[in-house]
Amino acid sequence: MHRSRRDRFIGIAYLTPALVFVLAFTAYPLGRMIWISLNNWSLITPPRYVGLANYQRAFSDHQFWVSLIFTLKYTALITPALIVGGYLLALLTAPNLRLRRYTRTVVFIPVVIGLGVSSLLWYWLFSTDFGLVNRILMDLGLIHEPVLWLGVDADRSNLAISISVIWKVIGFGMVLFVGAIQAIPTEITEASMVDGASYWQRVLRVTLPLTLRTILLVTLVSVIGSLLAFDQFYIMTAGQPQNETATSVFYVYLNSFPYLKLGYGAALSTILAVTILAVTVLQLLLTRRSHS
Amino acid sequence: MTATLEVLRTQPRSRRIRIGRSGYLIAALCLVICTVMLLPLVLSVLASLKPPAEAAATPPTYFPHALSVESYQRLWDYQAGLPRYLANSLCTALLTIGLTLVLTVPAGYALARFPIPAKEAVFVLLLLALIVPYQALLTPMFLMFARIGLTNSLLGLAILHTAVQLPFSLYILRNSFSAVPQELEEAAIVDGASSWQVLVRIFIPSTVPAIVTVALFAFITSWNEFLGALVMMSKSSSFTLPLILASARTETSLGGTDWGMLQAGITISIIPCVLVYLLLQRYYVSGLMSGAVK
Repeated sequence: MHRSRRDRFIGIAYLTPALVFVLAFTAYPLGRMIWISLNNWSLITPPRYVGLANYQRAFSDHQFWVSLIFTLKYTALITPALIVGGYLLALLTAPNLRLRRYTRTVVFIPVVIGLGVSSLLWYWLFSTDFGLVNRILMDLGLIHEPVLWLGVDADRSNLAISISVIWKVIGFGMVLFVGAIQAIPTEITEASMVDGASYWQRVLRVTLPLTLRTILLVTLVSVIGSLLAFDQFYIMTAGQPQNETATSVFYVYLNSFPYLKLGYGAALSTILAVTILAVTVLQLLLTRRSHS
Repeated sequence: MTATLEVLRTQPRSRRIRIGRSGYLIAALCLVICTVMLLPLVLSVLASLKPPAEAAATPPTYFPHALSVESYQRLWDYQAGLPRYLANSLCTALLTIGLTLVLTVPAGYALARFPIPAKEAVFVLLLLALIVPYQALLTPMFLMFARIGLTNSLLGLAILHTAVQLPFSLYILRNSFSAVPQELEEAAIVDGASSWQVLVRIFIPSTVPAIVTVALFAFITSWNEFLGALVMMSKSSSFTLPLILASARTETSLGGTDWGMLQAGITISIIPCVLVYLLLQRYYVSGLMSGAVK
């Protein structure tokens, strides 16, 4: 510790590049976003200070609510499917047996491909005349006419897109659940087996309670991901019909870039960031509590 | 580790106690799940190999009746050409890996091993991007990049991707550096090694798995990222692979989407991710675990 002053200097030197980077490319944009949100600005004319008017405007903006409610609907549809489905897959693939390990590897493959690319893939699969989803359903006799999956009816688009995203990300939760299930001490599992509990009783009484922390964590990560959904909607419906499937991030994007309402876009971004922050704080509180 | 081994040993026994029928049922279930998960990818690859007329057929065929690489040839020459878009995506990803490591290796070292004033506060500041979603910061970032000439620039996009990836990487590296035994470091210091030599000769070699994990996630993030690239890139010659494919979907839709070419592009975008995943699966899963349990 006799070199402490010099060490401190060296440490700060190693830290500086990252610190400068974060200040320039995260902290500064954050401050700038809040400042822009207090102005009306279209890039062509200089910014004009309007106070909180942009925020007031959001609350009386019909499309703001349409986007928010649609995003919540999407989140409510996809989250339970991801958690329950991911957990069932984890129960199936947690034992380190060959076939189950292979299944785990395969289920995880779509997680590593891009959401944009997987959305293009499903845009094709769900396309009315060229897509194989309609072909399979017609061959099975489940439908007689090709279904217009995307961009015509908001709920049907939501369903189709949710299916595509479930396929894409279900492996994420599964892998984390597998980790949690494998971390349960074997004595506990063995003790409950000696007690004569059936498999599902063991799952309900032992596995689920002991992996609760991971379930909470995956739920909140999934919720945040769904609240920030953009790529899949931009690619698969482009917000159609009439921006009914434009998610919150989509609406921020529309205002900031094509419409060039920078101030309003920034206000919407700030609202979004605060919402996500609230969910993150909730996550931290919950994981802290269940940790102790 | 021991827990996993125990699972290995006890599970087959418990399976054997139960009737064989459930074993078959589980095997069947595994096969069905694998089929469902792989089917979209397999169908897409097959569609990319259909001759153009068949790729545009209604109703679509499940399996190609004849094989053709014509969709790949059309993609090769599409607008600025596939090599250009591949190079854009690859350069951005490599720049992102480089920037991320250059910034987070020394910073992780500093946070793990040096007395920094207000260390916790500094760490939280560095993790700022974890709490503020980058989707919300794109407007101010675009304005800043436009002013300093970083829009339509691969370096600009790489900076954005690095900003997204930095907290995760720093977190992983700080934890790995903290786990390096103190004795190794002390021995080197006694031998008169400078702090830089200690970093290069001791810390980096003993945290290779963490560094591989960080590089792997930086690659995947950058290669796949869509919204940031959509905002930053307006010239089609600087598009990354996902961008040009998304624009091929809309641009050709007037004369009918070129489905075969689209599937060829999807196949090409997916291959590196899947290869990297299958080769580095261990790092992938461990990174996911330590990243998510933050």
